[in-house]
Amino acid sequence: MRKEVLEQVKAFRILKNSIRDSFKSVFRNFSLSIASVLCTTITLILVAIAIVVTVNVNYVTKSMEKELTIVVYANRDVTDEQINNIESSIKKIDVVDNVEFKSKEEWKLEMKQYSETLEVTLDNLDTNPLLDSFVVKVKDVKDLSPTTREIRKIDGVQSADYGEGMVEEIISAFNVIKTATIGMVIALIIVTAFLISNTIKLTIFSRRSEIDIMRLVGSSNTSIRLPFVFEGFLLGVIGSFIPMIVTVYGYFILYEKLGSSATFSIVELVKPFPFVFYTSIILLVIGALVGMIGSARAVRKYLKI
Amino acid sequence: MLGGSIVVMKFIQIKNCYKVYKNGVTAVADLTLNIDKGEFVFVIGASGSGKSTLIKMLYREEKPTRGVVQLGGINVGKLRNRTVYKLRRKLGIVFQDFKLLPKLTVYENVAFALECIGMKNSDIRPKVLKALEHVGLKDKIRSFPNELSGGEQQRVCIARAIVNDPKLLICDEPTGNLDANTSKEIMEVLDTINKNLGTTIIMATHDLDIVKRMKRRVLVLDSGVLSKDYEKGSFRTSESV
Repeated sequence: MRKEVLEQVKAFRILKNSIRDSFKSVFRNFSLSIASVLCTTITLILVAIAIVVTVNVNYVTKSMEKELTIVVYANRDVTDEQINNIESSIKKIDVVDNVEFKSKEEWKLEMKQYSETLEVTLDNLDTNPLLDSFVVKVKDVKDLSPTTREIRKIDGVQSADYGEGMVEEIISAFNVIKTATIGMVIALIIVTAFLISNTIKLTIFSRRSEIDIMRLVGSSNTSIRLPFVFEGFLLGVIGSFIPMIVTVYGYFILYEKLGSSATFSIVELVKPFPFVFYTSIILLVIGALVGMIGSARAVRKYLKI
Repeated sequence: MLGGSIVVMKFIQIKNCYKVYKNGVTAVADLTLNIDKGEFVFVIGASGSGKSTLIKMLYREEKPTRGVVQLGGINVGKLRNRTVYKLRRKLGIVFQDFKLLPKLTVYENVAFALECIGMKNSDIRPKVLKALEHVGLKDKIRSFPNELSGGEQQRVCIARAIVNDPKLLICDEPTGNLDANTSKEIMEVLDTINKNLGTTIIMATHDLDIVKRMKRRVLVLDSGVLSKDYEKGSFRTSESV
C-alpha cells in the first residue's frame, strides 16, 4: 500500500518536473522554439482564413437558401373556406416550415405602390385580376420539389412554383462551394499538423542526446515523452496567439468594411461575436493538439530499443 | 546434510549467449561467463571483437539472439522494452564520449539522473554532493561541461553513474578520449568506487597499460568468442592479446 502511494508521489513529481522542464527547454532551445512557433503561427493564420471563408460561404448560401420559397396561387373563384382548407393542407405537410397568406387585395395594394402605371391600370379594372396566394417556406431546400408537387394536388390550387431548374442549379453550386471550402480547411489542418510535427522533429533531433541520456539513467518512456509533449503543447499554444489576435481584429475590420456596408448588402457576413471567439478557441485547440501529437510522434522514434 | 549441491547464484551470469545482427554479423558467439558481486573486470579485444555488444547486452541496449544474460537474477534478454528502465535504474553507465548535457551545470547533470526517476529534491542534493565528492569535483558544481577538462567531464559522468548507488557500473572505453595521466586519474576514481562502495565494475577498454597496471580479472574477446579469462592479477605485462 505504502509502495503504491510512493509510486504515485513519484509519478506526480515526474509530472511536475516535466512541466517545469518544458518551460525551461522552450527558452534553452530558443531558436528552435521560435522556428516551431513561427511555423505554427503561419499555418494557423491560413487555417483561420480558411475557417472564415468556409463559415461565411456557408452562411451566405444558407441565407440565400432561406429565400427560396414556393409561391402557391389559388383558383380565381375560391371561397374563404377553401382558402382555409388550402392553408391547413399545406401546413399539414411535415417539411413545411412557414406558410404566409397574401390575399389578392394585398397584392393589388402592393403592386399599386410599384409604379403609377400599374396603379392607374389596376384602378381602371372592374375586377381584381390578381389571385390569392401563399408563400411557403420549407425546412430544407431539397424538399422544395416534392413539396411543390404535393401542393399542386391540393384542391383549389391553381399553380405552385419554386423556379424549377434554376433552383436546382443554385443548390448544386452551393454544395460544391461548401464541400470545397470544408475540404480546404481539413487539408490545411493536415498540412499544419505535418509542418508543426516536422519542425518539432527537427527540434527533437537536435536533442536526441538528451533523450539518450534519459533512457540510460532509467527514465521510463512515459517520463521521457512527457516534457516533450508539454513543450509541444506550449509551442502550439504560443504559436496560436498571433493567429487568434489576427482573427479577432482582422474579422472585425473585415465585417465593418464588407459585412455592414449597404453596397455589399448581398454579402452579409456572420456577426463577429461569438464567431471570432469560437474560431479563436478552435485555433488554440488545433495548435495545442497538433503540438502535443507532433512532439509525441517525434520522440517515439528515439524511444525504440 | 543436504542431498544435492548448493548452487550459488552469481551476480552476472552469461550462458551460451549469441548476438547476430540483422546484417548477418555475429558479434558474440557462444559466450559463457560468470562475474561475482564486487568484482572489477576488464573486457579487452581488438575492434569488432564484441566488447561493445557484450556491454550493450548488459544494459539491454541489445537483446541476445540466443542464450541467457542474467543480471542480479533478472533475465535481461527477456525484459520487455517498456520495463527496461527498471533495470537501468540499478546500473551506472559510463561512456567514452561522456554524454553530458552541455546546457546543464555539473550539479544539474548529476542531479538529472535522479530527477528523471522522480526523486525528491531534498533527497537529490545530498546524493549529488556525495557522488561529486567521490570523484573529487565538489568544488566545480556550478561549472558547465565546456569549462571542464576531458578528465573532469568523465568524472562528472562517473558521478552521474554512481549517484543512484548502482550495484553494477558499466564502463564502455571510459578512457578512450583521455591522455595517459588523465586516464590514470579516472582509473583511480573507479578503483576507489569499487573498493569503498563495493560496486561491481565491468570495463571495456583498448588500453592495455591500464589493464596491466590494475591487476584485475581480464576477459579477452576475439571475434565474439571468449578466448581467455585471466584471474585477478594473472594478466602479465608480457601477455599479448
